[in-house]
Amino acid sequence: MITDALVIGAGTAGLTVGIRLAEGGLKVLVVATGEGSLPLASGTVDVLGYAPDPVESPLQALPGFVAAHPDHPYRLGGAEAVAASAAWLERIAEPLAYQGDPDRNRWVPTVLGGLRPTALVPRSMAAADLSRGGEVLIAGIRGHRDFHPALLAENLGRAEAPGAPAIRARAVEVDWPGSAGDLVPFRLARRIEEAEMRRRLAAELKPHLGSAAAVGLPAVLGRDGAAEVQTDLERRLGRPVFEIPGLPPSLPGLRLFDCLRRALRAAGGRLILGSSALSATRDGNAVSTVTISQATRPLTVSAGYVVLASGGFATGGIVRDPDGHLREPVFGIPVRGPGAEEEAFGHEYLAEHPLDRAGVATDPAGRPLDASGAPFGENLYAAGAVLAGALPWREKSGEGLSLASAWHVTEAILGNGHGRPR
Amino acid sequence: MSMLMETEGVSVRPSLDGCVKCTICESACPYAAVTERFPGPKTVGPQEERFRHGPLSADWSVDYCSGCGICSRVCPQEVRIAEINSRARAQLKERKGIPLRDQLLARPDWMGRLSRPVGPLFNWSMSTPLVRIPVEMTIGIHRKAAIPKVQPRTFQRWARHHTPPARTDRVVYFHGCSTNYYEARLGRMVVAVLERQGFAVEIPAQGCCGLPAQSNGNFPVARTYVTRLARQLRSSTKGIPVIASSTSCGLMLKREAREILDLEDPALVDISERTWDIFEFLRDLHERGRLDTHFQPVELTAAYHAPCQQQNQLIGKPALDVLALVPGLRLIELDRDCCGVGGTYGLKREKYPISMAVGDGLFSDIRDAAPDLVLCDSETCRWHIAKATGFPVVHPLELLFRAYGGH
Repeated sequence: MITDALVIGAGTAGLTVGIRLAEGGLKVLVVATGEGSLPLASGTVDVLGYAPDPVESPLQALPGFVAAHPDHPYRLGGAEAVAASAAWLERIAEPLAYQGDPDRNRWVPTVLGGLRPTALVPRSMAAADLSRGGEVLIAGIRGHRDFHPALLAENLGRAEAPGAPAIRARAVEVDWPGSAGDLVPFRLARRIEEAEMRRRLAAELKPHLGSAAAVGLPAVLGRDGAAEVQTDLERRLGRPVFEIPGLPPSLPGLRLFDCLRRALRAAGGRLILGSSALSATRDGNAVSTVTISQATRPLTVSAGYVVLASGGFATGGIVRDPDGHLREPVFGIPVRGPGAEEEAFGHEYLAEHPLDRAGVATDPAGRPLDASGAPFGENLYAAGAVLAGALPWREKSGEGLSLASAWHVTEAILGNGHGRPR
Repeated sequence: MSMLMETEGVSVRPSLDGCVKCTICESACPYAAVTERFPGPKTVGPQEERFRHGPLSADWSVDYCSGCGICSRVCPQEVRIAEINSRARAQLKERKGIPLRDQLLARPDWMGRLSRPVGPLFNWSMSTPLVRIPVEMTIGIHRKAAIPKVQPRTFQRWARHHTPPARTDRVVYFHGCSTNYYEARLGRMVVAVLERQGFAVEIPAQGCCGLPAQSNGNFPVARTYVTRLARQLRSSTKGIPVIASSTSCGLMLKREAREILDLEDPALVDISERTWDIFEFLRDLHERGRLDTHFQPVELTAAYHAPCQQQNQLIGKPALDVLALVPGLRLIELDRDCCGVGGTYGLKREKYPISMAVGDGLFSDIRDAAPDLVLCDSETCRWHIAKATGFPVVHPLELLFRAYGGH
């Protein structure tokens, strides 16, 4: 197959690259082994939460953060790419009505009742910002095994956002008004799109509201019809309702995935889910073809540009062999990280491990480097969690990094001349 | 990309070790979304599989999987979920027996051969509740399920009288049962379009690919059918491309027979590796500068639905890529995974309502778009969508044929 750009990976980074290049006039093919990271993600946009102290304004903190960590992927595009890509995401994901901006962190509850910093949240979590304290009711559904309101509320009562007054949280568990089948998120989300189900759920909740300023619920408030579900519940309860994302599958992540996938299609891009990039060939200084899997014989794709957005260890973008050797499996790009002879793990489980920052190193344009330090291919770029140097779960920087690096490489590609390759 | 895949190659059952219980498959399953009778692909697959030892398991719910394969496609760990479930269904049927209805549905070639001599009577009886209600009550085929009209002349009969042009470039055409008995026009269009590109089309006598038998849990029949078909197709010129116009039957040859039925018959392996979907083949011709692009304008709005087994070929949407070259044609890409029919699934009395609920989003998208034509590459999906929406539904090749001046 012939395409202007091939993107490997369909997470936040891959889809952002795909949409942006397709909007820029390129013929785009995105391939991904599966649905990947978004159905497992919280749906919020974390930019920079800890550096290592709590960060109030990610945008203001970024220049200093990058100066202190010169190998960090935030050096690609920096605060400017973060701001531009966040604004872009709000437009692309318009049905989800993202709120907030990377200039200020808000503090939202985790499913265990901790607080975590994040920059942008979908409208379904707008009222989840507890950075000014307040009184909330945490309401669970009896039989939904992934959400424990008593535990959540008790921990939340002990949590504090920096400089904020205490949070008063009460818990309640109500019966699901529908049939008592397996109460899993995708099924709850579908049933709650029925008005009658919401009426009955609201009736169950009403006696417990008291003086709570808002009601936190498990993140199962609809898929396609989520906006209507929330508006209707808020009207019935007379106060804001917010979602608390927990174990996968994450409806907020799936909704964002739906938006990005639709935007890719609307821009004329093509997505093949279930197909993996297997190997590549180089011609001179450029990647000339990438072979991807199909139902039978593999398909050779010849692409003007290739963007590697295959993620880190969790999604197979980076692999660690049993002998400790780190590799990038499609191109064989050298991986920056502990060598086979070096310690990969420290002794404390929750501390930073030498392996944590492993990934591919790039030039300032976002092109992965070969062993000599030159670009592996002049038309090969990388974005997202495959990049070396970040600690997304510790810094709370995952989505910001994916968006900003995707933004940066698409600017580089589109800047090469009217979006036409080579 | 799990380690397993890299070291041992694709295999069905061991792949379940890769399952991390992320439940991405359950969120994507269009069937679990609408019925509690199907608890979800992970539940009946990677989760229950460990309890399947001989007669102990009694998980009838796996029979409510339609085999659409979306779960395997969305799985980031490359677990062959649909394939595991297809095998589990066959095990279940092996123990509990296969009802007469499913035995009939498993043999579309018999159905075609038996009904054709009495075609007008068969077609009439399938269109009247006087017959359909008793058929539903006795055999269990839902009274409202779409049944195609059998045609007086088979495609094979046409092919026997068709003289191919003298050409050096040759392809084999695998037309499948539905083209033979119900949609001979599609077969004639495929031949015309391929001849236009300078090919001589070989059309060996051919039977069923075994997909309906496989999806109804009768693996022995499926194995016999597909092996025989591979030999029949192989009787034509060696090494030339095999072109399929049914995406479900094409996928059976490409992958499912080898993977689900665990067949490594040399004829099947050979055919499998050179099978192409018709539009996949045409797109490839275009990229090599070999597609005749002297098109007449086709002033129509057409909405394209890519059926599950087309998507499972992992070839993208070549029908859209090729039809985009036709002037005047306004294409709408429908964005739904499954129409709900699942081959023969939606014909069954107890599953028809599920089938309609799964297709609901697609049907309303079609009504909203109000196209002149709906395009879809799989026959049972075409019949189901046409019946449910009242819109005309054709194979996308119809428009290419028209763009070449055919009618």
